Amino acid sequence: MHFHKFEKIWLGFGIISLVVFLSIIGVTAFAFNHHPSGGMDTIDPDKVEQTAPFDNPGVHQIDDNTYEVIIVAKAFGYDPAEIKVPVGKKVVFKVASTDVTHSFSIAKTNVNMMVVPGQINTKEYTFDKAGQYLVICNEYCGTGHHFMKTTIEVVE
Amino acid sequence: MKQISLGDRKLAITNIVVAYIAFLIGTFCGLMQVFIRNDALTLPPWLDYYQILTAHGVLLALIFTTYFIFAFLISGMSYSLGAFGPKVRSFSWLGFIVTTAGTILATVEIIAGRASVLYTFYAPLQASGWYYVGLALFVVGTWIYSFALIGHYVKWKKEHKKKLSPLFAYMTISTLILWIIACLGVVATVLFQFIPWAFGWVDTINVELSRSLFWYFGHPLVYFWLLPAYMAWYVVVPKIIGGKVFSDSLARLSFVLFILFSIPVGFHHQLTEPGISSFWKFLQTVLTFMVIIPSLMTAFSMFGTFERTGRLKGASGLFGWLFKLPWKDIRFTSLFIAMFFFIPGGAGGIINASFQLNEVVHNTLWVVGHFHITVGTPVAMTFMGLTFWLIPYLTGRKLTKSIQKLAFIQIITWSIGMLLMSTSQHILGLLGAPRRTAFAGYMDDPSALEWFNGLLSNHVTMAIGGTILFLSAMILIYIVFQTLFFAPKATENERVEFPMAESDLEQTPKYLENWWIWIGIAFALIAFAYTIPLAEMIHHAPPGSSGFKTW
Repeated sequence: MHFHKFEKIWLGFGIISLVVFLSIIGVTAFAFNHHPSGGMDTIDPDKVEQTAPFDNPGVHQIDDNTYEVIIVAKAFGYDPAEIKVPVGKKVVFKVASTDVTHSFSIAKTNVNMMVVPGQINTKEYTFDKAGQYLVICNEYCGTGHHFMKTTIEVVE
Repeated sequence: MKQISLGDRKLAITNIVVAYIAFLIGTFCGLMQVFIRNDALTLPPWLDYYQILTAHGVLLALIFTTYFIFAFLISGMSYSLGAFGPKVRSFSWLGFIVTTAGTILATVEIIAGRASVLYTFYAPLQASGWYYVGLALFVVGTWIYSFALIGHYVKWKKEHKKKLSPLFAYMTISTLILWIIACLGVVATVLFQFIPWAFGWVDTINVELSRSLFWYFGHPLVYFWLLPAYMAWYVVVPKIIGGKVFSDSLARLSFVLFILFSIPVGFHHQLTEPGISSFWKFLQTVLTFMVIIPSLMTAFSMFGTFERTGRLKGASGLFGWLFKLPWKDIRFTSLFIAMFFFIPGGAGGIINASFQLNEVVHNTLWVVGHFHITVGTPVAMTFMGLTFWLIPYLTGRKLTKSIQKLAFIQIITWSIGMLLMSTSQHILGLLGAPRRTAFAGYMDDPSALEWFNGLLSNHVTMAIGGTILFLSAMILIYIVFQTLFFAPKATENERVEFPMAESDLEQTPKYLENWWIWIGIAFALIAFAYTIPLAEMIHHAPPGSSGFKTW
């Protein structure tokens, strides 16, 4: 196939940038373990509130530096109503839905989790600033979608 | 002046009429949305924001685009390969009838409030079964259309053995192949998951599987809108500026690459959800990025054509050719602006699909902004630019001086409106404001109020942008109406032509038109990207979900 000389240069430039982009993403993902939220654990969507750990939503301290936050999402709110975590500690969020698809997204952070019924979503995050954080549902879930929110209090 | 047969013209015009009816209602829904979010409008109790949002998405992104695309493809196929035979024509009409029946059924369900599930219809939100039947009929109808056009092409190939088909026909067939393969995913989920579940024949649905099958379709759907716009850029633009296609083989190669790389990438819409392991998400990120190659090829081709044509007309210096372009010709200027919007649009797309960056913008207003400067401008504005000559071409009417002036106003207002609205949406999205919400104050939460404090990132900017867009849409409807029914008939000399540039077939390799190779590779890539993760979703499925009606 005939390619114009400039065309070859342009495509070469494009392919090299592609390789560079993908290498950066790949290295941060697999060498520095920077993956978006996810997880392969499943749960019976009808029995979320009877299944551990979701039978006991709230903040649980795991060890000195790790906290676990268990959240149940349902139309149109989150359980527990109050979440208080310390600044500078690793927080592991675990979310499941009892009905439709929701999300658990903490404004001003990179925590942006889809809550798909039947699946448990997990994300680790460390808050480095104290204060009130707004949590919203950013996946359409029904008439009350725009009221579905909670707050996280990050304390010293 | 080469004209297409009366029967084919009727078919194309009917499609355009339906497209613009959908456009009219769809843009009206858009206008209402910005004012509801702005608190300037309260809906009556029988009407809900999400109902309007569903109608806006379905009517503009699906109905307007699809009907317009088929009108364009039908006209171009009839122009480049000759009039349709009776079989092709009756199948095309059958396609139209089935597609329209599906559209009406789905629209009725939306208006009746039984399907406020948005156009993504994520399970386990459960619309009435008839809504899904409507969607299925819509897809089946477009398949009938597609097979009619493919039949027309096959007949031409039989009569012209060993000859490469004209570029327009080649691109049409690539677009239809992409569409048919892409629809397999949505057909599978609607027929085997949604319909049995919505009618109560089964109790539960595998949600994660339905999402993955939906996005297997949902991403290439974007390319089904985009490829006809690319066809206009590759084939129509060179003719309007008085040049030739830059390179025929390059154009064909880029369309083949779109078939290969637009399908196995749906997981990049699902990067922040559980149920798909990081490895498969990353693999599809890599495949998503491959589409950059044909996009860059297209950009090169466009500017290559501009420069070459400009220099043939005597332009000198590095950018002299810019001044040789026919800026006063609305058929060109509209398409040029459309292409220009695609530069930030494409860059935003790369950001969305970047494995980790997606977390920053996933489901925020950024995505809405992105959508409006890709589908809402490059695609829709290209279709507008085509409308300015396609309707006069089909009806034999004149595009009068005053209508041309209006067309300029329409394109410029559309650009300004889009720029205001989408810039504001991009900024709000980066700050974290969610999409698809009726109102984003969250009971005056300070963080939420902060989003809207910016100069550009406030509801007023979005509402002004939306209002300008609506006015622009009304001008367009007026132009369409005029050129369809009222503009004076053109005399033989005044008739507009179908601008289709010549392309040099001498250096085009024959294997580019061996479709079985490309379909084969496409399926191999799909199998590679999807078999294992889908099998896992089925084998390790959680108990299914029953349906919910939360609206």
